[in-house]
Amino acid sequence: MTTTFPASSKSLHFNPSLKRNRLDQFLTGLAGVFSTIAVLPLILVLLYVLIQGGRLISIGLFTQLPPAPGLDGGGIGNALIGTVVVTLIASMIAIPVGVGGGVYLAEYSSGGWFAQFIRVGNDILAGVPSIIAGIFVYGAIVATRVFFGQSYTAAAGGLALAVLMLPTVIKTTDEGLKLVPRELTWGAIGVGASKFVTVTRITLPSAFTPIATGVVLAIARAAGETAPLIFTALFSPFWPEGLFNPIATMSVLIFNFAIMPFEPQNELAWAASFVLVVMILAANLFARWLRRFASK
Amino acid sequence: MTSAPPEDLFTLRRRPASDRLVDGGFRNLTIVLASFVAITLLAIFITVFQGAREAMREFGLTFITTSNWNPVDNEYGAFTAIYGTLVSSIMALVIAVPLGVGTAIFITENLIPLRWREVIGVMVELLAAIPSVVLGLWAIFVMEPFIRPFLQFLYDALGWLPFFNSPPQGPGMAPAIIILVVMVLPIITSISRDALNQVPNELRQGAYGVGSTRWVAILSVILPAAVSSIVGGVMLSLGRAMGETMAVTMIIGNSNNFSFSLLAPGNTIASMLANQFGEADGVQVSALLYAAVILMVLTFSVNIAAQWIIKKLSLKY
Repeated sequence: MTTTFPASSKSLHFNPSLKRNRLDQFLTGLAGVFSTIAVLPLILVLLYVLIQGGRLISIGLFTQLPPAPGLDGGGIGNALIGTVVVTLIASMIAIPVGVGGGVYLAEYSSGGWFAQFIRVGNDILAGVPSIIAGIFVYGAIVATRVFFGQSYTAAAGGLALAVLMLPTVIKTTDEGLKLVPRELTWGAIGVGASKFVTVTRITLPSAFTPIATGVVLAIARAAGETAPLIFTALFSPFWPEGLFNPIATMSVLIFNFAIMPFEPQNELAWAASFVLVVMILAANLFARWLRRFASK
Repeated sequence: MTSAPPEDLFTLRRRPASDRLVDGGFRNLTIVLASFVAITLLAIFITVFQGAREAMREFGLTFITTSNWNPVDNEYGAFTAIYGTLVSSIMALVIAVPLGVGTAIFITENLIPLRWREVIGVMVELLAAIPSVVLGLWAIFVMEPFIRPFLQFLYDALGWLPFFNSPPQGPGMAPAIIILVVMVLPIITSISRDALNQVPNELRQGAYGVGSTRWVAILSVILPAAVSSIVGGVMLSLGRAMGETMAVTMIIGNSNNFSFSLLAPGNTIASMLANQFGEADGVQVSALLYAAVILMVLTFSVNIAAQWIIKKLSLKY
């Protein structure tokens, strides 16, 4: 039994005018348009930040204090230092705690209820809105004045950011450690290393790049956060006065100055955005490079 | 015949006590550090609930259904903010899901050269890195003035609908929705991309093998196989959108007067907190914390639903 097909309609050549092929092209075009729309905001935001903020970059911007409302000139020197200080405090809390917690999840837990509980808790903590972290630190530390009777402090701001960084650090450590080949651990145990030595000398160093990538991304994210800082670190028009006083940060400066009705303040907000975006994008590209470097 | 092996080769040497102490100590240390997650979470719950108790006792459930927010008379109802939170985040997702999933398909399904796919992927990821306060600044000075004529057109043409029955006057719900779209797009795109990349290649080959066109394969084989992770990712970004604070605060107008109109200023729980918490005292603090409890309940239930969907609805292929 052989079946013959009419040659004309069942040609093996691609026929672009068929209904299904036209539909295909239409959908491909639609997906292309959607991708363009998805990429457009990045280009527009970067463009405006570069143009509006870039033309204000000068030495004075980094060395001077912000001017009083309505006045011209000045810089964002204190906010730049403040962002570095607050992010550093957050990192110094979140990285040790997060890496330690990640080590427990990946190396010590045997999938019992506690580890399960910590994993789920970590996912829930990652989903806590950043403003809630700010309110929590306000209620627990600012309102109770535990830091030497001070209310708003740089330390409280750092703590609020640490709450936001912690889940990311734990998750990347946990996942980074799981990627280390089990043979390495077995080898170390086999030649008589204790668990402590195995983890600190073999497993953690082998997982360094994925953990570092995640940590850099978490720090970059924390540096741009505003909501947890507006009622923990507050703001200060002066140079930083230690860890237990209110401190200016760039993100809060952008927020405060963007909603002021004064032109010079709005311009400083753009300039601060420029500096902040450049810092954060540089950190992101660095993390990306680190990841690529590791995969080679 | 058999010579005894040298004594020291097979001696079982016990590890010194100090060694075991370090070993056990390190293990206990990691347990303590891991429990910080639980402690923090618990402390957040307790702090917020504790502060909200007064308002809960005073206003009860009418807090959720009434919309007068009057610090002078100490009368508080959060309906406007709850409505704003839900409407802004859901509307943002309605716009962002097709865009994000479409982009994910565009950069995973071999429609354009690999190089371009990577470039688009990197750009979408970088968009996620831009701080929300910078997006808010951009929204105030660039995006909102730009879209105002379009919103004015919507008011002129469709003003008889309750959703467009007020003239656009700058900050409002509509610009807030657009900025939320910008913020959740990268999340939806990257989760959908991961989901599509995990679909086994055999499924694609099978679909092409029986003669389906590219988009028939995508729409009826590949997308259904990835749908559970995509829906889970969408839920996660819904949680993110509901809790998003800064950009929304800067552009939504922060008005507690209830209005159906998307062109009018509105409020969300998060922006209300950002605006008033610093200056509030007395019952107002408690009322704000009550609103924070509602926000937490909303985001938690959405996040848990997301985890559940990812776990339970995954297609077995």
